Amino acid sequence: MQTYDVAENGLRGLNAALQAQSDETNQTSWEVQNPKGSHAIAVGLDAPIEVTVKGSTGYYCAGMNQQATIRVEGSVGPGVAENMMSGTVVVEGDASQYAGATGHGGLLVIKGNASSRCGISMKGIDIVVHGNIGHMSAFMAQAGNLVVCGDAGDALGDSLYEARLFVRGSVKSLGADCIEKEMRPEHIEILTDLLERAGSDAKPEEFKRYGSARQLYNFDVDNAAAY
Amino acid sequence: MCGIVGLFLKDKTLEPELGSMLTDMLVTMTDRGPDSAGIAIYGAESAGAAKLTVQSDKPEEDFAALAADLGAAIEAQVTLQANDTHAILELDSTKVEQARQVVRDLRPGLRVMSAGAAIEIYKEVGLPKDVADRFNLSTMGGSHGIGHTRMATESAVTTEGAHPFNTGADQCLVHNGSLSNHNALRRKLKREGVRVESMNDTEVGAAYLTWKMQNGATLGEALESSLEDLDGFFTFVVGTKDGFGVVRDPIACKPAVMAETDQYVAFGSEYRALVNLPGIEDARVWEPEPATVYFWSH
Repeated sequence: MQTYDVAENGLRGLNAALQAQSDETNQTSWEVQNPKGSHAIAVGLDAPIEVTVKGSTGYYCAGMNQQATIRVEGSVGPGVAENMMSGTVVVEGDASQYAGATGHGGLLVIKGNASSRCGISMKGIDIVVHGNIGHMSAFMAQAGNLVVCGDAGDALGDSLYEARLFVRGSVKSLGADCIEKEMRPEHIEILTDLLERAGSDAKPEEFKRYGSARQLYNFDVDNAAAY
Repeated sequence: MCGIVGLFLKDKTLEPELGSMLTDMLVTMTDRGPDSAGIAIYGAESAGAAKLTVQSDKPEEDFAALAADLGAAIEAQVTLQANDTHAILELDSTKVEQARQVVRDLRPGLRVMSAGAAIEIYKEVGLPKDVADRFNLSTMGGSHGIGHTRMATESAVTTEGAHPFNTGADQCLVHNGSLSNHNALRRKLKREGVRVESMNDTEVGAAYLTWKMQNGATLGEALESSLEDLDGFFTFVVGTKDGFGVVRDPIACKPAVMAETDQYVAFGSEYRALVNLPGIEDARVWEPEPATVYFWSH
Protein backbone atom coordinates (compact mmCIF):
# COMPACT_ATOMS: atom_id res chain seq x y z
CA MET A 1 0.00 0.00 0.00
CA GLN A 2 1.20 3.52 -0.83
CA THR A 3 0.78 6.20 1.83
CA TYR A 4 0.83 9.93 1.22
CA ASP A 5 0.86 12.60 3.95
CA VAL A 6 -0.84 15.77 2.68
CA ALA A 7 0.40 17.88 5.62
CA GLU A 8 3.97 16.88 4.88
CA ASN A 9 4.07 16.64 1.08
CA GLY A 10 1.36 19.00 -0.15
CA LEU A 11 -1.81 18.62 -2.16
CA ARG A 12 -0.44 19.02 -5.69
CA GLY A 13 1.93 16.11 -5.21
CA LEU A 14 -0.95 13.90 -4.06
CA ASN A 15 -3.11 14.58 -7.08
CA ALA A 16 -0.13 14.31 -9.44
CA ALA A 17 0.76 10.89 -7.98
CA LEU A 18 -2.81 9.60 -8.11
CA GLN A 19 -3.49 10.95 -11.59
CA ALA A 20 -0.28 9.34 -12.88
CA GLN A 21 -1.64 5.84 -12.24
CA SER A 22 -2.60 3.90 -15.36
CA ASP A 23 -5.01 1.02 -15.95
CA GLU A 24 -2.08 -1.40 -15.50
CA THR A 25 -0.63 0.13 -12.33
CA ASN A 26 0.70 -2.10 -9.56
CA GLN A 27 0.11 0.63 -6.98
CA THR A 28 -3.58 -0.12 -6.57
CA SER A 29 -4.02 0.80 -2.92
CA TRP A 30 -3.40 4.29 -1.50
CA GLU A 31 -3.85 5.85 1.91
CA VAL A 32 -4.07 9.64 2.25
CA GLN A 33 -3.07 10.95 5.67
CA ASN A 34 -3.75 14.34 7.30
CA PRO A 35 -6.25 15.74 4.77
CA LYS A 36 -7.21 18.36 7.41
CA GLY A 37 -10.14 19.69 5.41
CA SER A 38 -8.04 20.42 2.29
CA HIS A 39 -9.82 21.14 -0.97
CA ALA A 40 -9.73 19.00 -4.12
CA ILE A 41 -8.35 15.81 -2.56
CA ALA A 42 -8.09 12.91 -5.04
CA VAL A 43 -9.63 14.68 -8.03
CA GLY A 44 -9.49 13.72 -11.68
CA LEU A 45 -8.44 10.10 -11.09
CA ASP A 46 -8.70 7.69 -14.02
CA ALA A 47 -7.41 4.28 -12.93
CA PRO A 48 -8.88 1.28 -11.08
CA ILE A 49 -7.18 2.12 -7.78
CA GLU A 50 -8.46 2.25 -4.20
CA VAL A 51 -7.86 5.44 -2.22
CA THR A 52 -8.66 5.78 1.48
CA VAL A 53 -8.68 9.29 2.93
CA LYS A 54 -8.02 9.21 6.68
CA GLY A 55 -10.05 12.20 7.87
CA SER A 56 -12.39 14.97 6.72
CA THR A 57 -11.95 16.96 3.52
CA GLY A 58 -12.99 20.37 2.15
CA TYR A 59 -14.44 21.36 -1.20
CA TYR A 60 -14.59 19.09 -4.27
CA CYS A 61 -13.16 15.85 -2.91
CA ALA A 62 -13.11 13.05 -5.53
CA GLY A 63 -14.32 15.35 -8.30
CA MET A 64 -14.44 14.07 -11.89
CA ASN A 65 -13.62 10.56 -10.73
CA GLN A 66 -13.30 7.73 -13.27
CA GLN A 67 -12.79 4.10 -12.29
CA ALA A 68 -11.25 4.72 -8.85
CA THR A 69 -12.79 3.70 -5.53
CA ILE A 70 -12.37 6.52 -3.03
CA ARG A 71 -13.36 6.10 0.61
CA VAL A 72 -13.36 9.08 2.99
CA GLU A 73 -13.13 8.18 6.67
CA GLY A 74 -14.67 11.45 7.77
CA SER A 75 -16.99 14.12 6.39
CA VAL A 76 -16.68 16.03 3.13
CA GLY A 77 -17.21 19.68 2.18
CA PRO A 78 -19.23 21.02 -0.76
CA GLY A 79 -19.18 19.29 -4.15
CA VAL A 80 -17.98 15.78 -3.33
CA ALA A 81 -17.74 13.57 -6.43
CA GLU A 82 -18.85 16.47 -8.60
CA ASN A 83 -19.14 15.39 -12.23
CA MET A 84 -18.12 11.80 -11.44
CA MET A 85 -17.99 9.64 -14.58
CA SER A 86 -17.53 6.14 -13.09
CA GLY A 87 -16.09 4.37 -10.05
CA THR A 88 -17.24 4.55 -6.44
CA VAL A 89 -17.00 7.21 -3.75
CA VAL A 90 -17.96 6.33 -0.16
CA VAL A 91 -18.20 8.98 2.57
CA GLU A 92 -18.32 7.56 6.09
CA GLY A 93 -19.53 10.85 7.60
CA ASP A 94 -21.71 13.70 6.29
CA ALA A 95 -21.53 15.59 3.01
CA SER A 96 -22.05 19.32 2.53
CA GLN A 97 -23.84 21.03 -0.35
CA TYR A 98 -24.26 19.68 -3.90
CA ALA A 99 -22.89 16.19 -3.35
CA GLY A 100 -22.63 14.33 -6.65
CA ALA A 101 -23.64 17.40 -8.65
CA THR A 102 -23.77 16.86 -12.45
CA GLY A 103 -22.41 13.30 -12.07
CA HIS A 104 -22.58 11.17 -15.20
CA GLY A 105 -21.94 7.73 -13.70
CA GLY A 106 -20.55 5.65 -10.86
CA LEU A 107 -21.86 5.27 -7.33
CA LEU A 108 -21.70 7.85 -4.53
CA VAL A 109 -22.53 6.55 -1.04
CA ILE A 110 -22.94 8.91 1.91
CA LYS A 111 -23.23 7.05 5.21
CA GLY A 112 -24.31 10.15 7.14
CA ASN A 113 -26.48 13.06 5.96
CA ALA A 114 -26.11 15.19 2.85
CA SER A 115 -27.11 18.85 2.94
CA SER A 116 -28.75 21.03 0.31
CA ARG A 117 -28.72 20.47 -3.46
CA CYS A 118 -27.63 16.82 -3.28
CA GLY A 119 -27.59 15.38 -6.81
CA ILE A 120 -28.31 18.72 -8.47
CA SER A 121 -28.32 18.28 -12.26
CA MET A 122 -27.25 14.62 -11.95
CA LYS A 123 -26.83 13.01 -15.36
CA GLY A 124 -26.55 9.29 -14.71
CA ILE A 125 -24.77 8.92 -11.36
CA ASP A 126 -26.30 6.76 -8.62
CA ILE A 127 -26.35 8.35 -5.16
CA VAL A 128 -27.30 6.52 -1.95
CA VAL A 129 -27.59 8.58 1.23
CA HIS A 130 -28.02 6.58 4.43
CA GLY A 131 -29.30 9.63 6.34
CA ASN A 132 -31.24 12.73 5.29
CA ILE A 133 -30.79 15.21 2.44
CA GLY A 134 -31.37 18.98 2.44
CA HIS A 135 -33.47 21.34 0.33
CA MET A 136 -33.44 21.63 -3.49
CA SER A 137 -31.95 18.18 -3.92
CA ALA A 138 -32.06 16.63 -7.41
CA PHE A 139 -32.87 20.03 -8.91
CA MET A 140 -33.03 19.58 -12.71
CA ALA A 141 -31.78 16.01 -12.30
CA GLN A 142 -31.62 14.37 -15.70
CA ALA A 143 -30.71 10.71 -15.24
CA GLY A 144 -29.56 8.23 -12.61
CA ASN A 145 -30.95 7.25 -9.20
CA LEU A 146 -31.02 9.16 -5.92
CA VAL A 147 -31.80 6.92 -2.93
CA VAL A 148 -32.47 8.50 0.47
CA CYS A 149 -32.86 6.20 3.46
CA GLY A 150 -33.89 9.11 5.72
CA ASP A 151 -35.91 12.26 4.99
CA ALA A 152 -35.72 14.81 2.16
CA GLY A 153 -35.90 18.61 2.61
CA ASP A 154 -37.90 21.23 0.72
CA ALA A 155 -38.43 21.32 -3.04
CA LEU A 156 -37.21 17.81 -3.84
CA GLY A 157 -36.75 17.22 -7.55
CA ASP A 158 -37.67 20.70 -8.73
CA SER A 159 -37.79 20.89 -12.55
CA LEU A 160 -36.85 17.23 -12.68
CA TYR A 161 -36.11 15.42 -15.93
CA GLU A 162 -35.71 11.63 -15.96
CA ALA A 163 -33.76 10.84 -12.77
CA ARG A 164 -35.48 8.43 -10.34
CA LEU A 165 -35.80 9.52 -6.72
CA PHE A 166 -36.42 6.99 -3.92
CA VAL A 167 -37.10 8.26 -0.40
CA ARG A 168 -37.79 6.06 2.62
CA GLY A 169 -38.72 8.81 5.11
CA SER A 170 -40.72 12.02 4.77
CA VAL A 171 -40.38 14.60 2.01
CA LYS A 172 -40.81 18.13 3.34
CA SER A 173 -42.09 19.36 -0.02
CA LEU A 174 -41.87 18.44 -3.69
CA GLY A 175 -40.48 20.93 -6.21
CA ALA A 176 -42.25 22.05 -9.38
CA ASP A 177 -43.16 19.16 -11.68
CA CYS A 178 -42.03 16.44 -9.25
CA ILE A 179 -44.65 13.87 -8.27
CA GLU A 180 -44.92 10.59 -6.42
CA LYS A 181 -45.01 7.64 -8.80
CA GLU A 182 -45.93 4.00 -8.65
CA MET A 183 -43.19 1.62 -7.45
CA ARG A 184 -43.06 -1.17 -10.04
CA PRO A 185 -41.05 -4.44 -9.87
CA GLU A 186 -38.25 -3.01 -12.01
CA HIS A 187 -37.82 -0.19 -9.49
CA ILE A 188 -37.65 -2.62 -6.57
CA GLU A 189 -34.95 -4.43 -8.52
CA ILE A 190 -32.90 -1.24 -9.07
CA LEU A 191 -33.31 -0.28 -5.44
CA THR A 192 -32.37 -3.72 -4.10
CA ASP A 193 -29.15 -3.63 -6.08
CA LEU A 194 -28.23 -0.06 -5.06
CA LEU A 195 -28.97 -0.62 -1.35
CA GLU A 196 -26.89 -3.76 -1.35
CA ARG A 197 -23.94 -2.07 -3.07
CA ALA A 198 -24.23 0.86 -0.66
CA GLY A 199 -24.18 -1.40 2.40
CA SER A 200 -27.65 -0.40 3.60
CA ASP A 201 -30.04 -2.87 5.21
CA ALA A 202 -33.10 -0.72 4.42
CA LYS A 203 -35.88 -2.65 2.72
CA PRO A 204 -36.78 -1.56 -0.83
CA GLU A 205 -40.52 -1.94 -0.07
CA GLU A 206 -40.27 0.88 2.51
CA PHE A 207 -39.40 3.49 -0.14
CA LYS A 208 -41.57 5.74 -2.26
CA ARG A 209 -40.60 6.69 -5.78
CA TYR A 210 -40.73 10.24 -7.13
CA GLY A 211 -40.25 11.37 -10.69
CA SER A 212 -41.06 14.01 -13.25
CA ALA A 213 -44.66 14.82 -14.18
CA ARG A 214 -43.15 15.92 -17.53
CA GLN A 215 -45.28 19.05 -17.64
CA LEU A 216 -42.38 21.52 -17.81
CA TYR A 217 -40.50 19.88 -20.70
CA ASN A 218 -42.00 22.07 -23.38
CA PHE A 219 -43.37 25.56 -23.28
CA ASP A 220 -47.02 25.61 -22.33
CA VAL A 221 -48.69 28.95 -21.80
CA ASP A 222 -50.79 27.51 -18.99
CA ASN A 223 -47.57 26.87 -17.05
CA ALA A 224 -46.20 30.39 -17.57
CA ALA A 225 -46.25 31.03 -13.83
CA ALA A 226 -44.08 27.99 -13.14
CA TYR A 227 -41.26 28.82 -15.56
CA MET B 1 -16.48 34.99 -0.62
CA CYS B 2 -15.46 35.77 2.95
CA GLY B 3 -14.33 33.68 5.89
CA ILE B 4 -15.88 33.52 9.33
CA VAL B 5 -14.53 31.87 12.46
CA GLY B 6 -15.99 31.81 15.94
CA LEU B 7 -15.02 30.17 19.19
CA PHE B 8 -17.07 29.96 22.37
CA LEU B 9 -15.27 28.38 25.29
CA LYS B 10 -17.04 26.21 27.82
CA ASP B 11 -13.80 25.19 29.53
CA LYS B 12 -12.45 28.17 31.47
CA THR B 13 -8.91 26.78 31.50
CA LEU B 14 -8.76 27.46 27.73
CA GLU B 15 -9.56 31.18 28.15
CA PRO B 16 -5.92 32.37 28.09
CA GLU B 17 -5.55 30.51 24.75
CA LEU B 18 -8.60 32.08 23.06
CA GLY B 19 -6.61 34.62 21.07
CA SER B 20 -4.09 32.11 19.79
CA MET B 21 -6.74 29.54 18.81
CA LEU B 22 -8.87 32.17 17.09
CA THR B 23 -5.86 33.66 15.28
CA ASP B 24 -4.92 30.25 13.89
CA MET B 25 -8.51 29.77 12.69
CA LEU B 26 -8.58 33.28 11.18
CA VAL B 27 -5.30 32.90 9.28
CA THR B 28 -6.48 29.56 7.84
CA MET B 29 -9.37 31.47 6.23
CA THR B 30 -7.01 33.89 4.43
CA ASP B 31 -7.79 32.59 0.95
CA ARG B 32 -11.51 33.21 1.53
CA GLY B 33 -10.80 36.85 2.41
CA PRO B 34 -7.33 38.31 1.90
CA ASP B 35 -8.19 42.02 1.78
CA SER B 36 -9.10 42.81 5.40
CA ALA B 37 -9.59 41.05 8.70
CA GLY B 38 -11.16 41.72 12.04
CA ILE B 39 -11.87 40.14 15.35
CA ALA B 40 -14.29 40.76 18.21
CA ILE B 41 -13.01 39.41 21.47
CA TYR B 42 -14.90 39.22 24.75
CA GLY B 43 -12.42 39.62 27.57
CA ALA B 44 -12.32 40.60 31.21
CA GLU B 45 -14.92 43.00 32.61
CA SER B 46 -14.44 45.45 35.47
CA ALA B 47 -17.46 46.20 37.66
CA GLY B 48 -19.24 49.40 36.67
CA ALA B 49 -16.85 50.05 33.81
CA ALA B 50 -17.34 49.94 30.06
CA LYS B 51 -14.93 49.80 27.15
CA LEU B 52 -14.96 51.87 23.98
CA THR B 53 -12.71 50.56 21.21
CA VAL B 54 -11.65 53.42 18.94
CA GLN B 55 -9.57 53.47 15.77
CA SER B 56 -7.59 56.20 14.08
CA ASP B 57 -5.49 56.43 10.92
CA LYS B 58 -3.21 58.81 12.92
CA PRO B 59 -3.03 57.10 16.29
CA GLU B 60 -0.07 59.08 17.73
CA GLU B 61 -1.87 62.34 17.09
CA ASP B 62 -5.39 61.27 18.03
CA PHE B 63 -4.61 59.14 21.09
CA ALA B 64 -2.25 61.64 22.74
CA ALA B 65 -4.04 63.22 25.71
CA LEU B 66 -7.32 61.65 24.58
CA ALA B 67 -8.00 60.07 27.98
CA ALA B 68 -7.52 63.40 29.75
CA ASP B 69 -9.54 65.36 27.18
CA LEU B 70 -12.40 62.88 27.20
CA GLY B 71 -12.32 62.59 31.01
CA ALA B 72 -12.61 66.36 31.32
CA ALA B 73 -15.44 66.52 28.79
CA ILE B 74 -17.59 63.85 30.42
CA GLU B 75 -16.38 64.51 34.00
CA ALA B 76 -15.24 60.98 34.66
CA GLN B 77 -12.09 58.94 35.00
CA VAL B 78 -10.96 57.56 31.61
CA THR B 79 -8.00 55.27 30.93
CA LEU B 80 -6.56 54.61 27.50
CA GLN B 81 -4.64 51.59 26.33
CA ALA B 82 -3.31 51.96 22.79
CA ASN B 83 -2.80 48.96 20.53
CA ASP B 84 -1.46 50.03 17.11
CA THR B 85 -4.26 51.91 15.30
CA HIS B 86 -6.78 50.98 17.98
CA ALA B 87 -7.20 52.01 21.60
CA ILE B 88 -9.38 50.81 24.42
CA LEU B 89 -10.95 53.58 26.49
CA GLU B 90 -12.22 52.37 29.83
CA LEU B 91 -14.73 54.51 31.67
CA ASP B 92 -17.83 54.58 33.87
CA SER B 93 -20.50 52.47 32.16
CA THR B 94 -23.18 55.16 32.66
CA LYS B 95 -21.12 57.60 30.58
CA VAL B 96 -20.62 55.42 27.49
CA GLU B 97 -23.23 56.99 25.22
CA GLN B 98 -22.07 60.47 26.13
CA ALA B 99 -18.44 59.51 25.53
CA ARG B 100 -19.33 58.01 22.18
CA GLN B 101 -20.70 61.35 21.01
CA VAL B 102 -17.96 63.45 22.59
CA VAL B 103 -14.98 61.56 21.13
CA ARG B 104 -16.15 62.38 17.62
CA ASP B 105 -16.07 66.10 18.47
CA LEU B 106 -12.75 65.86 20.29
CA ARG B 107 -11.02 63.84 17.55
CA PRO B 108 -12.96 64.00 14.25
CA GLY B 109 -10.69 61.37 12.67
CA LEU B 110 -11.59 58.78 15.28
CA ARG B 111 -13.91 55.86 14.56
CA VAL B 112 -15.75 54.02 17.31
CA MET B 113 -15.35 50.29 16.66
CA SER B 114 -17.31 48.98 19.62
CA ALA B 115 -18.84 49.75 22.99
CA GLY B 116 -19.68 47.42 25.85
CA ALA B 117 -18.54 45.89 29.11
CA ALA B 118 -16.54 43.03 27.59
CA ILE B 119 -16.27 43.50 23.81
CA GLU B 120 -13.20 44.78 21.98
CA ILE B 121 -13.15 44.97 18.16
CA TYR B 122 -9.95 45.15 16.13
CA LYS B 123 -10.08 45.38 12.35
CA GLU B 124 -7.91 46.67 9.55
CA VAL B 125 -7.16 46.32 5.86
CA GLY B 126 -4.49 43.75 5.01
CA LEU B 127 -3.76 40.04 5.07
CA PRO B 128 -5.33 38.34 8.12
CA LYS B 129 -1.90 37.30 9.42
CA ASP B 130 -0.61 40.87 9.22
CA VAL B 131 -3.73 42.23 10.91
CA ALA B 132 -3.46 39.61 13.67
CA ASP B 133 0.23 40.38 14.16
CA ARG B 134 -0.12 44.15 14.39
CA PHE B 135 -2.64 43.81 17.24
CA ASN B 136 -0.96 40.79 18.87
CA LEU B 137 -4.31 39.00 18.73
CA SER B 138 -2.71 35.68 19.61
CA THR B 139 -1.76 36.94 23.08
CA MET B 140 -5.32 37.94 24.01
CA GLY B 141 -7.48 35.93 26.36
CA GLY B 142 -11.24 35.84 26.68
CA SER B 143 -14.38 33.75 26.97
CA HIS B 144 -15.39 33.88 23.29
CA GLY B 145 -14.61 35.65 20.07
CA ILE B 146 -15.51 36.02 16.39
CA GLY B 147 -13.22 36.68 13.46
CA HIS B 148 -13.75 37.60 9.81
CA THR B 149 -11.60 37.62 6.69
CA ARG B 150 -13.00 39.81 3.95
CA MET B 151 -13.12 39.57 0.16
CA ALA B 152 -15.05 42.71 -0.70
CA THR B 153 -17.86 42.56 -3.24
CA GLU B 154 -20.32 45.31 -2.25
CA SER B 155 -18.16 48.23 -1.15
CA ALA B 156 -14.60 49.54 -0.93
CA VAL B 157 -11.74 47.86 0.91
CA THR B 158 -11.48 50.14 3.94
CA THR B 159 -11.29 49.82 7.70
CA GLU B 160 -14.98 50.81 7.95
CA GLY B 161 -15.89 48.10 5.46
CA ALA B 162 -14.11 45.38 7.45
CA HIS B 163 -16.03 43.21 9.90
CA PRO B 164 -17.10 42.75 12.73
CA PHE B 165 -19.69 45.50 13.08
CA ASN B 166 -20.84 46.58 16.53
CA THR B 167 -24.64 46.39 16.61
CA GLY B 168 -25.36 47.36 20.21
CA ALA B 169 -23.69 47.21 23.60
CA ASP B 170 -21.45 44.12 23.58
CA GLN B 171 -22.99 42.88 20.34
CA CYS B 172 -21.39 42.41 16.97
CA LEU B 173 -22.11 40.95 13.55
CA VAL B 174 -19.97 39.32 10.88
CA HIS B 175 -21.28 38.32 7.47
CA ASN B 176 -20.38 36.04 4.59
CA GLY B 177 -22.47 36.83 1.54
CA SER B 178 -24.00 39.89 -0.05
CA LEU B 179 -27.22 41.76 0.65
CA SER B 180 -29.07 42.96 -2.43
CA ASN B 181 -31.60 45.30 -0.80
CA HIS B 182 -29.13 47.28 1.32
CA ASN B 183 -29.64 50.59 -0.48
CA ALA B 184 -33.40 50.60 0.08
CA LEU B 185 -32.94 49.43 3.64
CA ARG B 186 -30.30 52.10 4.30
CA ARG B 187 -32.77 54.79 3.18
CA LYS B 188 -35.49 53.29 5.36
CA LEU B 189 -33.20 53.15 8.40
CA LYS B 190 -32.08 56.73 7.79
CA ARG B 191 -35.71 57.85 7.90
CA GLU B 192 -35.98 56.04 11.23
CA GLY B 193 -32.98 58.02 12.48
CA VAL B 194 -30.50 55.14 12.41
CA ARG B 195 -26.95 56.21 11.60
CA VAL B 196 -25.24 54.18 8.82
CA GLU B 197 -21.78 55.46 8.05
CA SER B 198 -20.52 53.55 5.02
CA MET B 199 -21.85 52.15 1.74
CA ASN B 200 -21.23 48.66 3.07
CA ASP B 201 -24.07 46.12 2.91
CA THR B 202 -23.20 44.39 6.17
CA GLU B 203 -23.20 47.65 8.11
CA VAL B 204 -26.82 48.04 6.97
CA GLY B 205 -27.53 44.52 8.23
CA ALA B 206 -25.93 45.42 11.55
CA ALA B 207 -27.86 48.70 11.75
CA TYR B 208 -31.05 46.79 10.97
CA LEU B 209 -30.48 44.45 13.93
CA THR B 210 -29.66 47.40 16.20
CA TRP B 211 -32.84 49.19 15.11
CA LYS B 212 -34.97 46.08 15.71
CA MET B 213 -33.52 45.66 19.18
CA GLN B 214 -34.00 49.35 20.00
CA ASN B 215 -37.66 48.73 19.21
CA GLY B 216 -37.93 45.95 21.74
CA ALA B 217 -36.87 42.82 19.85
CA THR B 218 -34.45 40.38 21.44
CA LEU B 219 -31.39 39.49 19.39
CA GLY B 220 -33.03 36.15 18.53
CA GLU B 221 -36.19 37.93 17.36
CA ALA B 222 -34.15 40.45 15.38
CA LEU B 223 -32.34 37.59 13.63
CA GLU B 224 -35.65 35.84 12.90
CA SER B 225 -37.04 38.99 11.30
CA SER B 226 -33.83 39.47 9.28
CA LEU B 227 -34.83 36.31 7.41
CA GLU B 228 -37.92 38.21 6.21
CA ASP B 229 -36.48 41.66 5.64
CA LEU B 230 -32.98 41.07 4.26
CA ASP B 231 -32.72 39.99 0.64
CA GLY B 232 -29.55 38.30 -0.50
CA PHE B 233 -27.09 35.70 0.65
CA PHE B 234 -25.89 35.52 4.17
CA THR B 235 -24.35 33.43 6.84
CA PHE B 236 -24.35 35.68 9.91
CA VAL B 237 -22.50 35.06 13.13
CA VAL B 238 -23.40 37.39 15.99
CA GLY B 239 -21.52 37.88 19.22
CA THR B 240 -23.20 38.80 22.49
CA LYS B 241 -21.79 39.49 25.94
CA ASP B 242 -22.26 35.90 27.01
CA GLY B 243 -22.31 33.91 23.82
CA PHE B 244 -22.77 33.75 20.09
CA GLY B 245 -25.41 32.93 17.49
CA VAL B 246 -25.52 31.73 13.90
CA VAL B 247 -28.14 32.16 11.18
CA ARG B 248 -28.04 31.33 7.47
CA ASP B 249 -30.43 32.55 4.77
CA PRO B 250 -32.99 30.02 3.45
CA ILE B 251 -30.92 29.20 0.33
CA ALA B 252 -27.83 28.60 2.49
CA CYS B 253 -25.24 28.62 -0.27
CA LYS B 254 -22.68 30.35 1.97
CA PRO B 255 -20.84 27.58 3.79
CA ALA B 256 -20.87 26.95 7.53
CA VAL B 257 -19.51 24.19 9.76
CA MET B 258 -19.96 23.87 13.50
CA ALA B 259 -18.09 21.70 15.99
CA GLU B 260 -18.91 21.07 19.62
CA THR B 261 -17.00 19.30 22.41
CA ASP B 262 -17.19 19.52 26.20
CA GLN B 263 -14.61 22.31 25.96
CA TYR B 264 -15.98 24.59 23.23
CA VAL B 265 -18.40 25.39 20.41
CA ALA B 266 -16.62 26.46 17.24
CA PHE B 267 -17.77 27.92 13.94
CA GLY B 268 -15.88 27.96 10.64
CA SER B 269 -16.76 28.79 7.05
CA GLU B 270 -14.88 25.59 6.31
CA TYR B 271 -13.77 22.58 8.32
CA ARG B 272 -10.16 23.58 7.57
CA ALA B 273 -10.52 26.41 10.09
CA LEU B 274 -11.28 23.93 12.87
CA VAL B 275 -8.66 21.24 12.32
CA ASN B 276 -6.16 22.44 14.93
CA LEU B 277 -8.67 22.76 17.78
CA PRO B 278 -8.06 20.37 20.68
CA GLY B 279 -10.10 17.17 20.44
CA ILE B 280 -11.55 18.03 17.02
CA GLU B 281 -11.25 14.37 15.96
CA ASP B 282 -13.95 13.43 18.46
CA ALA B 283 -16.05 16.60 18.22
CA ARG B 284 -19.64 16.58 17.03
CA VAL B 285 -19.31 18.29 13.65
CA TRP B 286 -22.34 19.43 11.67
CA GLU B 287 -23.65 21.97 9.17
CA PRO B 288 -26.18 24.48 10.58
CA GLU B 289 -29.61 24.24 8.93
CA PRO B 290 -30.84 27.04 6.65
CA ALA B 291 -33.19 29.70 8.08
CA THR B 292 -32.60 28.46 11.62
CA VAL B 293 -31.30 30.59 14.48
CA TYR B 294 -28.73 28.91 16.75
CA PHE B 295 -27.48 30.33 20.06
CA TRP B 296 -24.93 29.33 22.67
CA SER B 297 -24.47 31.25 25.90
CA HIS B 298 -22.80 30.91 29.28
